[in-house]
This record gives sequence, C-alpha cells and structure tokens, in this order.
Amino acid sequence: MSGTRVLVGTRKGAFILTSDEAREEWTVDGPHFPGAEIYHLKGSPLDPDRIYVSQSSGWFGQVIHRSDDGGATWATKDNDFAYDGVPGEHQWYDGTLRPWEFTRVWHLEPSAHDADTVYAGVEDAALFKSTDGGESWSELSGLRQHDTGPQWQPGAGGMCLHTILEHPTDPQRLYVAISAAGAFRTDDGGETWLPINKGLRSGEIPDEDSEVGHCVHHLDLHPSNPDVLYMQKHWDVMRSQDAGDSWHEVSGNLPSDFGFVISVHAHEPETIYVVPIESDIHHVPPEGKLRVYRSRTGGDEWEALTEGLPQENCYVNVLRDAMAVDQHESCGVYVGTTGGQVYASHDSGDSWTAIVRDLPAVLSVEVQTLS
Amino acid sequence: MNAITTIRVVLPAPLRTMVGLDREVDVTVQGPVTQRAVLDVLEREYPALLGTIRGRTDGRRRAFIRFFACEEDLSHEDPDAALPDAVVAGREPYIVLGAMAGG
Repeated sequence: MSGTRVLVGTRKGAFILTSDEAREEWTVDGPHFPGAEIYHLKGSPLDPDRIYVSQSSGWFGQVIHRSDDGGATWATKDNDFAYDGVPGEHQWYDGTLRPWEFTRVWHLEPSAHDADTVYAGVEDAALFKSTDGGESWSELSGLRQHDTGPQWQPGAGGMCLHTILEHPTDPQRLYVAISAAGAFRTDDGGETWLPINKGLRSGEIPDEDSEVGHCVHHLDLHPSNPDVLYMQKHWDVMRSQDAGDSWHEVSGNLPSDFGFVISVHAHEPETIYVVPIESDIHHVPPEGKLRVYRSRTGGDEWEALTEGLPQENCYVNVLRDAMAVDQHESCGVYVGTTGGQVYASHDSGDSWTAIVRDLPAVLSVEVQTLS
Repeated sequence: MNAITTIRVVLPAPLRTMVGLDREVDVTVQGPVTQRAVLDVLEREYPALLGTIRGRTDGRRRAFIRFFACEEDLSHEDPDAALPDAVVAGREPYIVLGAMAGG
C-alpha cells in the first residue's frame, strides 16, 4: 500500500502529516522551524524525499531549507535572491512608482523535468531558478523586465509571484501568476514572457480589460490536457482552452466567485474545486459555511461539498496555496484554513474530515503520494 | 601588524538553532575589532547566517535586529567603530538579538 504525506506551511512553522493510502489515521510531525512563517514547502516530483521550504521572518528575513530524507533533517540553502541588474519601478498602492525590493519567497516549484531544478516565485514579483537544488539562484529577468512591469501593482498581500506551473511535457513552457499583474506564459524556458490575460475583466483597475493589472489568485491545469487552464481571479473563476491566449468566465452558480484556491482532480481533467469566499473585504466563507465547490463540467455548473465541513459559525479563510490533491486511485483533496484546520477528503470531495485541527494559521498545503 | 582577537558573540535562539549552536560562539577577528569585522567573520564561518542579520545586497542591519554590548545599544553606531574594550578583552559578549516586537 502506498503512503500519503501532506506538507503544511503555517504562520508559525511547518508540519508534516502522514498516512497510508486509506488516509484514515494520521500522524502529525512538527513544528519544523517553530515560530517562523513558512509560506510554502513542496517536494520534488522526481525525488519525493527532497523537500524545499521557504521560511520568512520579520526578524531574520528569507531562509531556504532543503531536506533529502523526507523532512527528517534539513539543511540551509542559498537565500540570495538578487534581481538581475538595476531593479526598475512598479506601481505602489497609491499609484506612485516604487523600486522593486525583495521581501520573501511565496512559492517553490520543484521541476518535474529535472530533479535539481527548482523555481521560486518571490515578492516583489519575480521568478528565480536554481539548477543545483537550491545551492544558488538566478533570476529569469525577462519576466520582471517585461514592458508592462511599471504597471504591475501589489494586491493586499504584496506584489507576489505565487503560482508557477510547468507544462507536463515541454520544459520550455511555464505559466506564472502575479498579484496584481496577471498571468504570464513563456515558451522559451523563461527568456521571454507573454501576458495571457485576454478575457479577464477586473473592476478594481481603471481599464477593466487591461493587458495587465489583474489580481490573479491561483492557476491550475491537468497534465493530460495542458492547454486547458483554470484560474481563480480576485473575483471570477475563469477557464482558458488555448494555453491562456483567451479566457472565459465559468463562475456559474457559485455563491461567490471571489476566492483564492483552485485545483484540478488528479484523474478527471474536467473536475475542478474552489472554495468561495464572501468578498475581498470580508475574507470569510459565505453564510459562515465552509463549502468546497466541485464542478465536473470544467466550470459553470457547481455543487457544494459540505459533508464533514463546518456549516455554521465558520469564519476562516483558505489562502491561495492551501488546497492540493493527491494521486491515489480515489483522489484525495486537502484544504488548509487560517483557523489551523486541515480538512481532507479521500473520495474526491464527497466527504471530509479534519485531519488536524489546531495548527497556526495555514498558509500552504501540498501533498505527496508515495509509492 | 594585525592583532588577532577572539570575541564572544551571542546569537538569537532561532539563528543558533539554524546553524547548530547551543551557546555563544567565539569569533576570531584579525585587525580592528568592529561590528562589521565581527559580522563578516561570523557570516564567513556560518554562511547560513547571510541575509538573516544584515541585508544580502546592502549589508545594512535588518530592521528588527539589534546589537548590544556592555548594556549599551550599538545598533545605530558606525559599523566600523571600535567595539568596547570589555568586548575586545572577552569580558563581555557582543549580542545580536531580535528586537522586541510581536506583542
């Protein structure tokens, strides 16, 4: 029987939850790096015992850790995220220009094409790449230096590059998303980038269908159909049929189309999950009910998944990196909340259980399916 | 001739844990004993500390880091100024700590 390892980043450390394929009984290991904000930790698809961690702290700044034994021990890796050349300027909240300044790593994406390659998405928005397992980093600066860079602006959480998706078979193609600039695609390994925001409409910016400036919260795709992209934007759930060249809205009957997460089922490319949040001001579930919504039609038609989830007096949030799916035959879905719960379903979302309940606020959830 | 001086340095607990120290650390400085010289040696011997006390690019003290010695706050002193005699003589440690922040 294969195993399951859930990697949870929180405001005060990292936790590793383990179970077998049945996913009924869980062991909680942690906190690792107690007291530090762990924005993200993720394992290599090619070497699952290799796990990268982004640790951030107001006192001590950015630290990168790597484990080569599944989280039993850790080694500190390079934290020199130096922008290439002289950083330019981007929009600040008040519309003035402000120099790019590194703050933290939001997301680490170990490559599925090469075991020593890992990408880092950072604030202020830029993409870095390491080809030596995190021993050194260099910026893929064609993204930050895109002509539209001076129009990018921070969302409420900062101007962060938070989503990095590899194409499953073409190592030269990557998708990234930035709050609040939008989605971008490269077809040459990161040398040049194309904004892929046609069809997005955002009332929060002066030109609501602008080329950039959209607050994209998360992207996902299914490896069997990688030209189909799904997006949870600030408001609106969106779908692209053409690798991001155009988008159309698939919010359908959701109770709110604001939210942060979006994930695709492991084995059903048209089955997707979101967690509706009431609004960008409230940041809580509508009606105090935590509901994961599932569409089996690639969007537009949604059903509420509620069994095992709190359906009264629930006012937690689910942040953009806090949902993941495993690869077991019966697909597991995992959701972490700012209230410190990690909810898991081992039946594609039909029923849910809190596998841990009282962690610090959850920032990220990733899952590894172990053979 | 550059004198060789051993300085006692106290690090905040999270940084001690990160670099595997369970107590204060001795730092050997060649030449003038200044805050910059001590931190340069410390970062050279423990590269994991790079960026955690001073900025990687500008070398400036991180906002929530303070430097104390002999019951004095040296955080705003010239990093190239000489450290107090008691620190140079090893009677007092040079203390790096996280500022009081967080409630």
